[in-house]
Amino acid sequence: MNESLAVEVANLTKYYGELLAVDHITFSVREGEIFGLLGPNGAGKTTTVRILAGVIKADGGSAHIMRHPARSLQAKQMTGVVPELTNAYPDLSARNNLMFMTELYGISASRGKKRADQLLKELDLYERKDQLVRTFSRGMKQRLILCMALVNDPQVLFLDEPTSGLDVRSTRLIRDMLREFNKNGRTVFLTTHDMEEANQLCDRVAIMNHGKIAVIDTPMKLRSAVSGLHSVEVSFDKHIGTEALSGLAGVNAVRKEGDRLRLYASEPSVVVASVVDYARSTGLRIIALNILTPSLEEAFVELTEKGEIHGN
Amino acid sequence: MATSQVYLEQLRRSFAIAKKDIRVYYSKGPVVISGILFPASLFLAFCMGRHMSMSFLIPGLLAITLLFTATAVSPVVAPWETMMRTLERLVSCPVVVSTIIFGDMLASSIFGVAISIVPILVGLVAGVNMLHPFILALGIILSASCFSSLGLIFSSPPTSMPATIQMLSSIVKFSLVFISGIFIPLDELPAWGKGIASISPLTYFTDLARYCVQGNSQYPVFIDLVVILAFTVLFLVVAIKLHERNLPKRF
Repeated sequence: MNESLAVEVANLTKYYGELLAVDHITFSVREGEIFGLLGPNGAGKTTTVRILAGVIKADGGSAHIMRHPARSLQAKQMTGVVPELTNAYPDLSARNNLMFMTELYGISASRGKKRADQLLKELDLYERKDQLVRTFSRGMKQRLILCMALVNDPQVLFLDEPTSGLDVRSTRLIRDMLREFNKNGRTVFLTTHDMEEANQLCDRVAIMNHGKIAVIDTPMKLRSAVSGLHSVEVSFDKHIGTEALSGLAGVNAVRKEGDRLRLYASEPSVVVASVVDYARSTGLRIIALNILTPSLEEAFVELTEKGEIHGN
Repeated sequence: MATSQVYLEQLRRSFAIAKKDIRVYYSKGPVVISGILFPASLFLAFCMGRHMSMSFLIPGLLAITLLFTATAVSPVVAPWETMMRTLERLVSCPVVVSTIIFGDMLASSIFGVAISIVPILVGLVAGVNMLHPFILALGIILSASCFSSLGLIFSSPPTSMPATIQMLSSIVKFSLVFISGIFIPLDELPAWGKGIASISPLTYFTDLARYCVQGNSQYPVFIDLVVILAFTVLFLVVAIKLHERNLPKRF
């Protein structure tokens, strides 16, 4: 077993009745890495996180957290979990929820109280610490859940859609907290629908579809690897129709986006030269010209729609 | 970590779960009031107009109160927490299923024991003597654990609908009340009635309570205590096994 791996998954499989929710997936996450699991609804992301968090049992394969089996007490002692839906006790105060967690992790009362107060301050909940969670907004609840997941100072933090549907302030606080947590060499494993979030936070991302891992790579490499999605964005001083540019050398397709035209190409440098030549020959002035790499969202759509499934 | 240390740690975490249960479920006014009023109303409905001595009535009232309070919340904790998604949080923490179940059982037992003081006080005010208070206390503690564990068996089906479980547990609880010698003394039951009564744990607590209040019982006190203990262990083991099997189906 590799000493520097925080999460090791081999041939992991989970069925729900006839449905194969997780289909023999294999991957690993290094210690100190922020790893994102992306995929459409029903891809198997939540099931994977639940197996890794020790909530449900896999039907096949293995999952290890810090070299301990995922369902073992040792693994659970080293992990923190932020599930998909809020699950603090609504009839307990924020502090009592946290103190309950400290007791479940075997943390002494004095240390637990200190840790709880520190986290409540960091996530801007300290002023509301004695209020019942039922009075909290969604963003506050989610920040509290993050506090609960961090109360044991875990080595690995699992988050299932941590900022989904949250206000800007809560989203920013949670992302900042995750970066801070990761700075100390701790591992973050998150699932998200938010491509920008994955792009901003993750060292590597895995794209999951139909229970399988489609691809694993850095966000930048994933974006560059999607052939045909590179593009050149241009705007001229006069209106030009898409058909005028579609015949230029190297252009695969043209799309109008507001006052700009987006030219899709396999080799953007060829298209830039063609556009410049076209502008010179027609007397047009180029207002803006940018080469765009595909967004992670485009890479995601391309990979999941194409069904490029190759285990990694 | 040594095995004994692991067990001790898990026991501490069971206490934490019990404390949480008491705060979240049992310390609510309506739960406490219904814990007292419901068994009292049921008991009065059956006893009004019948000429029975207080020393006969109080053990019966005590038995009904203990059964209904110790099983008032324990059957719905798991479905409720499944619905609220707090169970997923508990399971992702370093606790085993038996730790969670034992914690739930502890909380429910403490609630049952606390509320059982009410019928005892009623008896004392009415002039009923407690002939064997220590044996009664032991019987109450054991039986509260026994009925709580029974409640946890009810909660094992992997549903997130507390009402479904309440219905199931009510059917069993009402059946137990009628077969356990509460309204009709055991020695007045026909042989088949005694046979049915012998499979109910409530029978043995009622018999023990009658011994402690009236001074006579159908079974020897030792047998009552041993049978209640045996039912407690059986119910607790069955509850843990069922929850271990059904827990993954809740998510």
